[in-house]
Amino acid sequence: MNITNEGLILACSAIGAGLAMIAGIGPGVGQGIAAGHGAAAVGRNPGAKSDVTSTMILGQAIAETTGLYGLVVALILLFANPLV
Amino acid sequence: MGASLGILAAKQPDFQIHGLIKFNLFGQELWLTTTHVSILIVVGGLLIFSLVVHSKLKDEEGRPGTLQNVAELIVEMLDNLVKGNMGEHAVKYRNYVGTLFIFLLVANLSGLLGLRAPTADYGVTLPLGIITSVLVQYNNIKWNKVGAFTNLFKPIPLLFPINLIGEIAQPISISLRLFGNVVSGTVIMGLIYGLLYKIAWFWPGILHAYFDVFSGAIQTYVFCMLTMVWIKDKIPE
Repeated sequence: MNITNEGLILACSAIGAGLAMIAGIGPGVGQGIAAGHGAAAVGRNPGAKSDVTSTMILGQAIAETTGLYGLVVALILLFANPLV
Repeated sequence: MGASLGILAAKQPDFQIHGLIKFNLFGQELWLTTTHVSILIVVGGLLIFSLVVHSKLKDEEGRPGTLQNVAELIVEMLDNLVKGNMGEHAVKYRNYVGTLFIFLLVANLSGLLGLRAPTADYGVTLPLGIITSVLVQYNNIKWNKVGAFTNLFKPIPLLFPINLIGEIAQPISISLRLFGNVVSGTVIMGLIYGLLYKIAWFWPGILHAYFDVFSGAIQTYVFCMLTMVWIKDKIPE
């Protein structure tokens, strides 16, 4: 069986794209914990629900960023591969 | 990709950027792409809205009409947003942040109208991030003068590399956050309309409501908030 150089690079890029998506664990856990704290804050003070909710959403949108870095690396490897 | 499409007689998913017109400039081969068309449509639509509102302003001498009320509502909301975050320096940045907010909101929502969102192209979000970073560094040098460099050594000189990387990471992170959110929505909707288009009837609306409306609006708000907070950070009070 003959594996060309380009085929090897494409195959390893595909594996690398899958490995890059492991970065999705971080925001998942972090945002879940933040949502838990937000829910507890609403439970303690139901009147501040809209303030707590908007602060929580803002914080989660920023914490999402590192997961997105992994997604962008995976998309670049799959669709705009600079190595091939 | 071609072999698996036979199952649902699906179309080829299309979420890529297409080059439309090729031209040569100083020996380089450049393309006009779908992103250029999307930006022209978005900016053209905003321009038409502004001109219509401006013409309606001149007619009302006594009571303002509905369109003027809507426009004043929008401007007031943006003014309060900027003043609430930046205090008395708000007057200088009201125009930039307001324009950024309106452009990003309409650009992110243009996925609902069938356009490929212009912010799904890194060539659109990176310049916006660089403009924000240039504003931040300009304020840094203007208000802190030499402190712009010596502040990198506070609180401990050992933290200099980390502070430097933090400053360099500002345009990268702010542009990649917006780009990643919008392009992931574009790719998922492209796959659904491509591979599942035989059974894609009504329910893609829910996904549009999440990816285009919710995600687009929040990313707009986050981009503008970060711009304002970073600029205000550099002003010593």
